[in-house]
Order: sequence, then structure tokens, then C-alpha cells
Amino acid sequence: MTAIVSSRPPRKLPLLEPDTAFFWTSGADGHLRILRCGHCGHWQHPPLPRCPVCHGDDLAPQKVSGKGRVISFTVNHQAWTDGQVDPFVFAVIELDEQRELYLFSNVLAAPDVLRVGIPVHVTFEQQEDVWLPLFVPVAGENAHG
Amino acid sequence: MAELPERLCRITGIGQSEVGRPSPRSAIQLTMDAAFQAIADAGLTPADIDGITNYPMKSTEGGGISPVGVGEAMFAMGLDCTWIGSATHEGPGHMSAIFQAVMAVATGLCRHVLVFRTVAQAQARLVSRESTLLTGRHARVDGNNAWTVPFGAVSPANMWALYAKAYFAKYGATSEQLGWVAVNGRRNAARNPNAIYKKPLTIEDYLEARMISSPLRLYDCDTHIDGATALIISHRDTAADQPNPPIHIEAMGMGLGGLGQGIHTGDFTCLPGAEKAGAMLWSRTDLKPKDVDNAQIYDGFSIHTVLWGEAMNLFGKGEALAFIDGGQRIALDGELPMNTGGGQLSGGRFHGYGHTYEACIQLWGRGGERQVKGAKVSAVCNGGYGYGALLLRTD
Ligand SMILES: [Zn+2]
Repeated sequence: MTAIVSSRPPRKLPLLEPDTAFFWTSGADGHLRILRCGHCGHWQHPPLPRCPVCHGDDLAPQKVSGKGRVISFTVNHQAWTDGQVDPFVFAVIELDEQRELYLFSNVLAAPDVLRVGIPVHVTFEQQEDVWLPLFVPVAGENAHG
Repeated sequence: MAELPERLCRITGIGQSEVGRPSPRSAIQLTMDAAFQAIADAGLTPADIDGITNYPMKSTEGGGISPVGVGEAMFAMGLDCTWIGSATHEGPGHMSAIFQAVMAVATGLCRHVLVFRTVAQAQARLVSRESTLLTGRHARVDGNNAWTVPFGAVSPANMWALYAKAYFAKYGATSEQLGWVAVNGRRNAARNPNAIYKKPLTIEDYLEARMISSPLRLYDCDTHIDGATALIISHRDTAADQPNPPIHIEAMGMGLGGLGQGIHTGDFTCLPGAEKAGAMLWSRTDLKPKDVDNAQIYDGFSIHTVLWGEAMNLFGKGEALAFIDGGQRIALDGELPMNTGGGQLSGGRFHGYGHTYEACIQLWGRGGERQVKGAKVSAVCNGGYGYGALLLRTD
């Protein structure tokens, strides 16, 4: 496959807030973490102070596999600020750990090889004190379903 | 069982300002243009107006999204209201001000509510064309926007493109089909004197236009304007003495869920919140989706119309675009005329209130060249984050 490296958008970084800082800094050791309920096991993202399923408050960040699949994606062509922007891929990823456990992110792949349903895994881009979880296609696999 | 609150209310007058891109008239002037028109249309004088609300609350940020609040509007127009409401961005979206007005009238707090919606986004663009999410006042992005903006999704177009792509993938639908939402809107706008875009648009023009965020192209996105819409909601006991044949609010429905409320639900091929709104609406009436003879469905982006139409049961799941394809069945003389004033895509972003206004135009037979013959029942659907729907009918 010809290596057309997809571009990355201009970034405005997230503010590290009390409930979200763990998520944005999780990549420092190479692992993605998601908040999980210690009572019923429900994974919760975005982080919330109580479990929306059982309402328990025993929630803690826990490592996830970093694997998921592309639920949908778009290639942005429009420059939303003055100046040019290279097309980039914005996508919604469902993590393997739970149905409808979604992350919005960028998929670093040439748009013409991307398909809804393809498996991806996490990679991190560090900027200042933030490790942005981005995704890349799992090599050699195609869309299933 | 107590009578439904909406059955105690009638829409008795409507008004709309000129549309501008930009308008030389100030936001408060546009508001008053629409409001005084609506008051006169209802056969009332400003002294009769005893309730007021708008959507959403006044904001000095956000590029002209809501430059006029109820307070200044009330005083500028010399109104003396006993019930004063104001809807927020939260809740069931654009319709929330109308739902509030219904409750205020039904509970006897007032008899005639002025509901208005003013936008001055074209005037704001003269100051800055940049995305307010990307530039903003703060160096970093917080709250729910933090989950999308750092990845470059600074426009709602990026989020709704995800829906279009997922829908296409699930149902095998195509851009060639989706384009007919825009082409139909333009065709109707050409017959609406107050529409912003009237130049003919073909499906070829649509497909050749530049990509914004795939698969959404230029004409899948609505357009910012300056303008105001107003309507009068009156108690049914007074409506009989007013000049217009009363428009009944047969049923209403609201819902949340899906995009933009923290937890994201659904598989990006449907609008869970709109489905709740549709189910609530149909549970409150004996009318059925097949009784709808014109549909005014939110089209901030073309894909909204598709997903809302299915949520309202006007189409089966995954079937909307097959119906819309080719534009015949949604044309003014088709089975289900849709967005008969041009919608927001070609009429301009009156932000939901253009759809309610157009439904009244049709039900009062004022559509002129765009009149749907024998229009009696109109479905109005609004919202892309919070969802609200009305079923309006004449006697
Ligand atoms: Zn739990």
C-alpha cells in the first residue's frame, strides 16, 4: 500500500479538568485508560462522578486494550480559520471493551483506504502536558461487517 | 384525563423580518419587524400581548446566535407582560420556547404569548469569519467540547458528517440521493420571496460543489443570515374572535439523547432524542404519519432532514433517501411536500422558526407559488442537539 500519511488538524488542546485529567495524561506510559465502575463493571466515557448504570461512586481509571473499530469518519476539507488546512480524518471509534463506548479522535491513515468498520488501535501524540489518543488501522485487516 | 395543554392553544399570527446577508437593519429592529407583523396578523395590538419568550437566551458570544433577549424586546416594543419566559440552549432545542408558551397559556398565566427568534450571524461575520470554537477567548477548550475540538472538529459539520457517513455505510445510501434535500429546498426557495438563495441548483451543481467534511458538501450546509421570526400563541377561547382561522397544536413531542449531552448514544445512523420526540407526539393524537400533507423538517445540515424524517415515522428506517431521491415525491405536488419555503439550506438559518413559520403559511393557504394544494396537517421538526416536534392542523 502506498504510504500516504494523513495530516493532523490544527489543535486546540483540552483543559485538564479534575474529572478528565487522568484521560488526557494516560498516554504518558503508553496506555489508554477509561473510567470503570468497580461495582457493575460499566466503562464510562466521558468520565462522570457516578456510574450512570448502577449509580455507584466507586469509579476508577482502568487500562483498556486500546483496540477498537471505526464507527464512522469524515475527511475535513474546510479551513475553519483563515488559511489553508490539509484534509484530515475525524472519526468516532468504538472501543472493544463495551458497546457504544465511543471516543472521537483522528485516524492516521490515508482517507482512501479507510472504511467504516475497520479495526484500529491507539497511539499517542504528546503536546505540552496532554497525550492525545489517536488511532491507526490495524495492519493487514479489512472492514468486517 | 385532563386535556392536553397544547389543545388549549392556537397559533393566531405570524411574522418574519426581511432576510439579509447581512441586513442593514439592527437585530432589535429585525425583531420588532417580525413581532409587530405577527401581532397585527393575529388581530391584536401590543397592549394585548401579556406573555413573551424567545429562543435561546440572549448571548453576546457565539457570533450573533441570539443577539436580542426578552427583556430588551419587551421594553423596546412597549409591552407589559405578566408572563416572561426565555428558553435556553439546553432542553428540547428550538421548540422549547414554543413549549414554554403553550404551558404558560394552558395554565392561565397569560392569553397571548409573543414567541420570537432573532439571529444576526451575518452581521457577526463582518467582524470575524473564524470558528468561535477554535479561536474563542481561552487558550484551551473545556467541557464537552474538549472531546471533539482537540481533534479538529470545530464545526457541527464535522459531527453531522459522521452521521451521514455511518448512514450511507449502513443503508447503502449515496450523495446522489442526499443531494435532493438541497435541490428540493432550492426549488422551493425560488418561489419564496423571502428566501436567501433562489438561483436554480441542479443535482450536478450539488455534486460538483466543494467538499466541506465528507460526505457533506457545500449545499448540505445551511447558511447564516440576519433575520427574525415571531409567532403568537393564544388561548383557544380568544382565538375564535381573531381574524385568522386558528391553527391547532394537535400534538407536541420532545426528547434528548444522542449527540452533545456528554454521553453519546446510538450508532450514528439515527437520532435517539428525535425518536423520543416523535413517539411522544404520536402518542398524543389519533392522527397518523400518513395524515401529514406537508413536512417542515430541520435542515441545518441535509442529513438532519433524513434522520428526523425517520425518527418521526414519516419514513421507515433506512428508507428516507429512497423516497427523497429524484425529488418528485417531496416536491410541492408530490406525496409529501417537504421544506416548502426552501428550508434553512436555501431559505436561510432562521434557526428552526422558519420551519414553524412555513407550516403556518401553508396551513393558512398563503404560500402563493409554493402553496401545497389542500394543506391541512403539517409536521414540524426542529433540532440537532435537543429535539422538539409539533403537529399543526387547521379545522
Ligand atoms: Zn456501575
